[in-house]
Amino acid sequence: MAQGARIKDHWAEQRLFLARLVFALVFIIALAVIVVTRLVQLQVVQYDYFSAQSQGNRIRIQPVPPTRGLILDRNGKVLADNQASFDLVLTPEQVPDLKQTLQHLVATGLVAAEDLDDIREEIAAHRRFEAVSIRDHLSDLEVARYALNRPYLQGVEIRGRLSRSYPYGGALAHALGYVGGLNAADLKEVDPVAYAGTTQIGKVSVERAFEAALHGAPGQEQVLVNARGRSLQTLERTGARPGDDVVLALDLDAQLAAYEGLTGRRGAVVAIDPKNGEVIAFVSTPAFDPNLISAGLSRKAYNALQEDIDKPLFNRALRGTYPPGSTVKPIVALAALHNGTLKPTDHVYCGGAYSLPGSSHRYRDWKPEGHGTVDLQAGIEESCDVYFYQVARELGIERLSSFMKDFGLGAATGLDMPGEKAGLVPSPAWKRSAFKRAAYQVWFPGETLITGIGQGYTLVTPVQLAHATATIAARGQRFRPSMLLATRDPLSGRTQPATPESLPAVDAVKPGDWDAIIAGMHGVLQGARGTARAVGMKVPFQVAGKSGTAQVFTVAQSQKYKAMDVAERMRDHALFVAFGPLEDPRIAVAVVVENGESGSKVAAPIALKVMEAYLRTGAPGA
Amino acid sequence: MSRTRDSERDSRLGAFGRLLRWAHMDPPLLAGIVAILLFASFVLYSASGQSWGMMQAHAGKVAVAMAALMVAARVDPVWLRRGAPWLYLAGLGLLVLVLATGDIAKGGQRWLDFGLRFQPSEVMKLAVPLTLARLFHERPLPPSMLLIAGCLAVVLLPTLLIAVQPDLGTAVLIVLTGATAIFLAGIGWRYIIGALVLAAASLPALWYVMHDYQRNRVLTLLDPDSDPLGAGYHIIQSKIAIGSGGFFGKGWLNGSQGQLEFLPERSTDFIFAVIGEEWGLMGALALMAVYLFVVGRGLYIAATAPDTFTRILAGSLSVTFFFYVFVNSAMVTGLLPVVGVPLPLVSAGGTSMVTLMAGFGILMSIQTHRKLGDAVRR
Repeated sequence: MAQGARIKDHWAEQRLFLARLVFALVFIIALAVIVVTRLVQLQVVQYDYFSAQSQGNRIRIQPVPPTRGLILDRNGKVLADNQASFDLVLTPEQVPDLKQTLQHLVATGLVAAEDLDDIREEIAAHRRFEAVSIRDHLSDLEVARYALNRPYLQGVEIRGRLSRSYPYGGALAHALGYVGGLNAADLKEVDPVAYAGTTQIGKVSVERAFEAALHGAPGQEQVLVNARGRSLQTLERTGARPGDDVVLALDLDAQLAAYEGLTGRRGAVVAIDPKNGEVIAFVSTPAFDPNLISAGLSRKAYNALQEDIDKPLFNRALRGTYPPGSTVKPIVALAALHNGTLKPTDHVYCGGAYSLPGSSHRYRDWKPEGHGTVDLQAGIEESCDVYFYQVARELGIERLSSFMKDFGLGAATGLDMPGEKAGLVPSPAWKRSAFKRAAYQVWFPGETLITGIGQGYTLVTPVQLAHATATIAARGQRFRPSMLLATRDPLSGRTQPATPESLPAVDAVKPGDWDAIIAGMHGVLQGARGTARAVGMKVPFQVAGKSGTAQVFTVAQSQKYKAMDVAERMRDHALFVAFGPLEDPRIAVAVVVENGESGSKVAAPIALKVMEAYLRTGAPGA
Repeated sequence: MSRTRDSERDSRLGAFGRLLRWAHMDPPLLAGIVAILLFASFVLYSASGQSWGMMQAHAGKVAVAMAALMVAARVDPVWLRRGAPWLYLAGLGLLVLVLATGDIAKGGQRWLDFGLRFQPSEVMKLAVPLTLARLFHERPLPPSMLLIAGCLAVVLLPTLLIAVQPDLGTAVLIVLTGATAIFLAGIGWRYIIGALVLAAASLPALWYVMHDYQRNRVLTLLDPDSDPLGAGYHIIQSKIAIGSGGFFGKGWLNGSQGQLEFLPERSTDFIFAVIGEEWGLMGALALMAVYLFVVGRGLYIAATAPDTFTRILAGSLSVTFFFYVFVNSAMVTGLLPVVGVPLPLVSAGGTSMVTLMAGFGILMSIQTHRKLGDAVRR
């Protein structure tokens, strides 16, 4: 350094510091002058302007919430409606004695004692002249009781508003979802200005998926307020733009048939139009009453729903994952035909069990005495396990799992509803990544066999199962499953149809191979030996289908499966997939009945009722 | 000789004066602070909608802050100098702890909960100037390039930790504090100009990394009427409140903007607008004058301080205090974008009151702990 050793020179440092301090002082004064100039500008120069503005502030702008759009089925039947409902509101400054009034409300049963703390908190959070809602959705009886007690309830009034109503209750609960109180988490996802006056928002399923369309845009109301801010008079009103009506692809008749079929059971039904992916029916049971949830359940009632062993809040159609069981066999056969490891005429002798070479483990058939000599037609029709053990073994797991993925299994189908599960298609690569211990990472030949009959690791959702069935019905054409048919502006009546979205097709399969497995599936319902011919023969049109029974737990070797011995919840799941009419398929259905035991006896009748309900009345797409 | 003069003066002071001396208070500074606090209590009573509950909570905070001032005033600056790095390191540790475990309040991780909720970034508002002052104290000035680099590191490390919380308001204030200390230490003008040019050049980059809501605040400053019910609402209502106050104001408890709750955040960040509305230009100017008096006294203490450490510490604390005043009043009058900076000593709530008062305690300590012969030595 030029200064050499650079020792502290106190005199020089102090002079430098003082110079800097003076500079800082000048800077501070300059900043102060800026602020003062600004104050003079606002308070002296522009005083008249701002004074007038301040007067103008006595006109308050209030948001007017829009009316929520309706939800309709494909034939225009109203599935979700808005109906007048009554709330109890309290205006603190008009109440002579708050404590006494609240006590009286509890005594008359209009307010629950355990809600009092929340109500007091709400009152404290509002200005004294603002009406605070203290009870939602009064029943007619409660409205009458209020009227009787009116003299003692000064400052408490009834206010009407529109609230959501679901005329078909549980039948559409999981398809439509419900609306609920707007909370902080919801506000993060929407524009707070657009929701300024809105109190409810779609929480799950369709109500949530199409929230943007259903909500609409708020209007404005200019209100004259007096010096204390109380509203005196409405000066001007810009109406809200009501939300769009949402037309769903659902067919109410098919939906109700499915719900009726599942009554008293745990399960799901999904039906899809193979021509475009439109979802015709979407049911999960047990359901809940969406009217009660939208009205605001007490915490206790909500917890009871959540802790119910039957899980009524769980959307099985969308999020339930099940082993597909034998419903996957047509796809396994198709994979083998396509890859050239199987010809329709190849046959296998079934003696009731199958063993891998060099192993004593017996992979059993569902029919202990065996099916005898079985070809492809019989294999599907009679659902011969041994036949498919052999098919799967010759095909190999890699080709099988990749073909199943081509059908949309093992990945969310992209249904326009939030929260869809992906399911699982196992493969050696998956097993290596899914397990930590090296011993568990090995893919065993036996696992290929049971994958071939839809057991083992494979998991599908009812939506995926319906989608895969629709893919068979459309001979490889795939469409993204879609609840939405169109949105409709209620003012102009203009509709905006949703366009079907194609997915990568399974298009390399030869037409003859499709014919072979579809013939097999036709035989299941309407063939001489079909597992579900008892149901299929009653139907007045040509249909194809496949039953499935999925093991909930593994029965030990040599021990015979006895339903009676097993707790009800450990019984096999019953599955059935079907599509029809055979010559020109318009509907593909998947049915899952938890612990239903028999696919062909329990699930198949539900599937066919849904198809009948749709094909009888349902006009082909809008 | 001067000892006898001191005791003579003591005997003339009376009991109250002796108490102030014993407590190491600086009477002019104390008078300015108390004047602001008294005025603030009137304003707050009005701005809180005449809520005694809120007044009590505020009084509690003032008491804690006053205690912090008294404690700081009694600590000899020598100990402050020795403790500075440790306070700094402890502050850094706490900031890291906040990021790891902190409570989430108002959308950012700023709080630590030790029974008492506490914001470690506040520690840094004192620890940064303390540490810088000590670094400058021990080395020849004007600072060498190496020393400046070291100082920048001392400032930027906590700034980054606070900025990711994210608490940009405090991060900016800490940068300002550090910059002030470095400026007062006598950094060469070419560095200052270089830094300003660099800052100007990096503005577009800053725009790019800002959150959407931050960009919105800047845009609404330029054109508040573009979104009168949304982001521009604060600025519009605040300007109406101040402007409609006029020369003499609408009178205490009579401001319609504040009382009718058109004005948001009226007891915290936007309390200056309540002053403008109810006390008019006169009230705002009076408050500004007292602020300038307090800052002026601080600068006087800095100018007469005995050594580099106390000079730079006193100088940067005083100048920074004025920055707080400026940033808040400029924001409320629509000159700067809305950033969450309270009006010092007036806004309700806020842990920043404790830090500010501790800072004033340090100023008083510097003023009242002069040793005999300091004047000769310097």
